Amino acid sequence: MSALGHGALYGAVLIAVMLSTVAVGIWFERKFAGRMQSRLGPTIVGPMGLLQPLADVVKLLQKEDIIPAGADRALFNLAPILATIFSLGVAAVLPLSPRMIAADLDIGVVYMLAIGGLMVVPTFMAGWASNNKFALLGGMRAVAQSISYGVPLVLAVLVPVILSGSLSLAGIVRWQSEHHWFALWPVIPGLPAFALYFMAMLAEANRIPFDIPEAESELVAGVTTEYTGAKFTLFYLAEYVHTLVGSAIGAALFFGGWDGPFAPGLHWMVAKTLALFVVVYWVRWTLLRLRSDQLMELCWKWLTPIGVALVLFAAAWVQFAPQGAL
Amino acid sequence: MEMTEATLTMQSARRGRVDPHRSMRAYDADADLMLLHFGPQHPSTHGVFRMDLHLDGEIIVKATPYVGYLHRAVEKLCERLTYVQQTPVVDKNDYVSPMTNEQALTMAFEKLLGVEVPRRARWMRTLFAELQRIASHLLWLGTFALDLGGALGGGSTLFLHCFRERELILDLFEEVTGARFHYNTHLIGGNRHDLPAGFAPKVHAALAIIESRLAEYEVLSLDNGIFKMRSRGVGVLDGELALELGVTGPNLRASGVDHDLRRDAPYGAYDELAVNVVTAQGGDCFARTQVRFGELRESIRLARAAIDGMPEGPICGHKPIRQPGQAKATGGQVYVGIETPRGELGTFVVGGGDTPTCPYRLKIRPPSLHALSALPYILPGATVSDAVAILGSLDPIMGEADR
Repeated sequence: MSALGHGALYGAVLIAVMLSTVAVGIWFERKFAGRMQSRLGPTIVGPMGLLQPLADVVKLLQKEDIIPAGADRALFNLAPILATIFSLGVAAVLPLSPRMIAADLDIGVVYMLAIGGLMVVPTFMAGWASNNKFALLGGMRAVAQSISYGVPLVLAVLVPVILSGSLSLAGIVRWQSEHHWFALWPVIPGLPAFALYFMAMLAEANRIPFDIPEAESELVAGVTTEYTGAKFTLFYLAEYVHTLVGSAIGAALFFGGWDGPFAPGLHWMVAKTLALFVVVYWVRWTLLRLRSDQLMELCWKWLTPIGVALVLFAAAWVQFAPQGAL
Repeated sequence: MEMTEATLTMQSARRGRVDPHRSMRAYDADADLMLLHFGPQHPSTHGVFRMDLHLDGEIIVKATPYVGYLHRAVEKLCERLTYVQQTPVVDKNDYVSPMTNEQALTMAFEKLLGVEVPRRARWMRTLFAELQRIASHLLWLGTFALDLGGALGGGSTLFLHCFRERELILDLFEEVTGARFHYNTHLIGGNRHDLPAGFAPKVHAALAIIESRLAEYEVLSLDNGIFKMRSRGVGVLDGELALELGVTGPNLRASGVDHDLRRDAPYGAYDELAVNVVTAQGGDCFARTQVRFGELRESIRLARAAIDGMPEGPICGHKPIRQPGQAKATGGQVYVGIETPRGELGTFVVGGGDTPTCPYRLKIRPPSLHALSALPYILPGATVSDAVAILGSLDPIMGEADR
């Protein structure tokens, strides 16, 4: 099969898998949140409420599609589409198993950071085009947050890149399966780098405690205030996919991706991804939200210097560590 | 965040005193401030409350609160109803704490009409008031967490847990009065419903559960790093300004002013039950949370003491006042203030007029309105996120503020 055909086939499968995972993820999150809050979660639609995501989607799609008067129609309509494309686009370089990669780019890490960084464009587009002050405030916050947290994200991702000497996600995973997971060894740049990555990922995906662009108790619904129906659904979907892909990349970069005994690589990759995904939910339904200036302070005064230190340490480790320790 | 000169001036002025009536032109020389209509259809305005916020970036330069969206002409309605008909009407004023509304109104009528209340009825009212205070503070804690942490996040977790415990109190009230919320249990001269048999163990069981879970809520709020970051030094209301504005209740006590009507002007059973007044220093959102946590514990203690020491005897005067003709006033005026969960709820009644069975004039002094009046002073210099936290920390109930 040609490379193009291979990529297109895997891409289609990947999108289908992503979307169905998101559907199950929504059900799981609602059940999980329900249990955390001493209630039951969905129980009515289907057995154990399993069809609840379907009911949610049908409900959302039935809603009237409202474009506010005074909105910039072209940008307003484009923003949710771009958000979906960019969030799904990152999934192209996900190494699901040694042979299941839609596009095994040599510079997969750079591609991932670039496409993921573009997510801020549709968010601000939506905030600007809505012609709504709450949405505008949300968009402004989103720009500040995404650009700031891009820095610790890059620094955190650089640590496994330096340690493995590869810019390809599959290459990094391969190195880990031959040697050791970066979250386990070397502990000092590895584990803190993962923590840094996790926090930056939460901020990039607008998850609590960093969900400031759509802080619903302050900004009604932030950038999505004016969106209804299918377009709102797309934003919702993009956010979920962003979190899911972020968890998958975290699993690949720091927890050895497909590496694991007894089971096929794909199973290990999915299990690790979902485990991180659950942690995101867990954090979300436990913590309160930071204020935007505190968020910036955390980023620039703490995370970024720590990230720089970790990168330097990783470089020193590669240079000076004894042969056996690698 | 960039600080413009206007903002810095505002912040330095805040250390002295903000003048909320200053013209916008004093700030908006370049006309680049954004006017944000915050409410009345906003998820965090605790009902229907509106603020006009003038924003420099995200920093509030001037805030103008508007009340009245929930005005229901309760006072006028009370002037048209006979004395015995009014408890169900005022139940809906402070819709988080109906018991204390009834108590305030009934006590004012009793004072006007010169009616004695039996000792058991006074103790029961005190028990109800303390249980209601627990329920009200729990609801406040939950909604404050919602304001800080969002309806789709950790905030709602704390919120729903607080609601779970509040249910226990509502169940107790339901057992006594038959109603979960709008009780109509206060009569002029006593109480309508007596405590059912075996009520004391149920109160103790519910209070034990609530007390054991308060520690968990403290971990989620007062001990939580993010909560501290969001509430420390936010919305500082100094005691002097609070006294000038007539702010009462936990908001005043959080500013370090030791004032509580339960101790300073005892009513009900408080002449026999000593109240340890909880105060905190700082006057910020954190101090207001500390005070309310302290009051939760104190109310649990008082409710236990009230149910344990509940005297035997009649719950109403020898002839219950239920007919309009039994309650007549030809004149006179009284003011009665009681300490509700939100502060001093005052009722001023003038008797007489054309119909002696109705009050000539009735005025309610709602603590929420006075708490809201502090907003234009403490909001400038804060951000939009802080505005939500500050508004929530003052615990305003619009049904009471607008009446």
